[in-house]
Amino acid sequence: MSNTTIIPFGPQHPVLPEPIHLDLELDDERVVQALPSIGYVHRGLELLAERHDFIEMANVAERICGICSFIHGQGYCQAIEQLMGVEAPPRAVYLRTVWGEISRIQSHILWLGLSADALGFESLFQHSWRIREMLVDIIEETTGGRVIFGVCKVGGIRKDVNDETLRSVRRRIGEIRSAFDEIANIFRQDATVKKRTVGVGVLSAEDAHALGAVGPVLRGSGIARDMRQLGYAAFGDLDWEPVVEQAGDCYARCIVRVREVDQSFDLITQCLDRMPAGEISVSVKGKRPTGEAMFRLEQPRGEVCYYFSANGQKNLERFRVRTPTFANIAPLVHMLKGCELADVPVIVLTIDPCVSCNER
Amino acid sequence: MSFLKKSPWVLHYAATSCNGCDIELLACLTPTYDVERFGIVNTGNPKHADIFLVTGSVNEESRKVVENLYAQMPDPKVVVAIGACALSGGIFRDAYNVYGGIDKVIPVDVYVPGCAARPESIIDGIVKALDILEERAKERKRQRKVVPA
Repeated sequence: MSNTTIIPFGPQHPVLPEPIHLDLELDDERVVQALPSIGYVHRGLELLAERHDFIEMANVAERICGICSFIHGQGYCQAIEQLMGVEAPPRAVYLRTVWGEISRIQSHILWLGLSADALGFESLFQHSWRIREMLVDIIEETTGGRVIFGVCKVGGIRKDVNDETLRSVRRRIGEIRSAFDEIANIFRQDATVKKRTVGVGVLSAEDAHALGAVGPVLRGSGIARDMRQLGYAAFGDLDWEPVVEQAGDCYARCIVRVREVDQSFDLITQCLDRMPAGEISVSVKGKRPTGEAMFRLEQPRGEVCYYFSANGQKNLERFRVRTPTFANIAPLVHMLKGCELADVPVIVLTIDPCVSCNER
Repeated sequence: MSFLKKSPWVLHYAATSCNGCDIELLACLTPTYDVERFGIVNTGNPKHADIFLVTGSVNEESRKVVENLYAQMPDPKVVVAIGACALSGGIFRDAYNVYGGIDKVIPVDVYVPGCAARPESIIDGIVKALDILEERAKERKRQRKVVPA
């Protein structure tokens, strides 16, 4: 006779800013299996592509998720541009890359803070968010928004950034980097962080590959796959290598993100050095997207796939998104098997669940 | 209001939010805005909470959770709806799985606009909620006196 108990985890839970529900089947303190159920944030966003025209839809695409907002907008606009055969001017492409990387850093630092909170390390959480706030200031100064940037449009960007501001951004990025180094060392070396994360929630490279993990979860298990290698936006011109860690546990996933923040600081500096002058957008008046296409981008949480189908009308025929959190739920369920109940919040957080992306 | 009579504890739930307002709400708790210095604490337990902060609109799944959390909170309680989606459905009002604003499900006392709502306006909303909370606490006391022991 089985002697297991079922414990519900979520949808409203202190470590989760967003609702996801897991039924944890426990044998004493050990998790036998975890059954996820989703649907708390489903809005039916993809269908809105039929109600809004393809230019307005860029604003809706940006609101798929509030953390990776800019990268969703960027992916949408790049894809539509390609379907219409329009090329965004180089300055727009570079500025998009800069904003994309800034939003990646703020997302990773945000996550590092939340994971510190899940470990019970409240002061580290506060410090992470203090540093994140400096980045949000840059975002606000250059785009006007704090969370939703609203600068990406089909054909380029809405707002230029003058050279003086870019110089100040460059200087401040250096300052933020040295502030981040302090907390990065805590994540790398602190005994409290290591005790809770090393050897917890191990995902081997084979499992990660077989279960279709993406992003830092995949790279934490030793597979160097990063969609930025496809060379979209300015990534083809820049000098960088995907970050990889071998261990596959929570600590490795945490370190991948810490190192990626450093890498993104590098990428931003490279972009600012090479920033081309010129126009920031091209007119798309009278053009309509036609055909069918699939696009992949690297978000802070991993690979995101967009599918587009258009028939030359002002509305898209079909718009579909597969987000990284969805791909990472199967690996999460695998990682939870055999762990202890007290470790569940930490493991759930290491996939960086973004539920609103996941369910749209 | 020169000082707070009470340290209000808040409960946060993201109903069908895009995460933007939730992040701004969390930003209120962290060093730049730091509402904790006024005694405002984010709690995970509805039974400890005075103010219910809801972000995002509601759908069929989240409706049950919102109603449940609201019912579990002890009186007096105040509901603050944060962000354009919580007010009316926002940019998603036409989507098939969105009912509209939070006030379709539970009574809302304070509406905080914005997409995403800025931390300053969220703090302003909480301060407004505090007045309402105090008013309700007084009202309850008055009612207790009327009823003979």
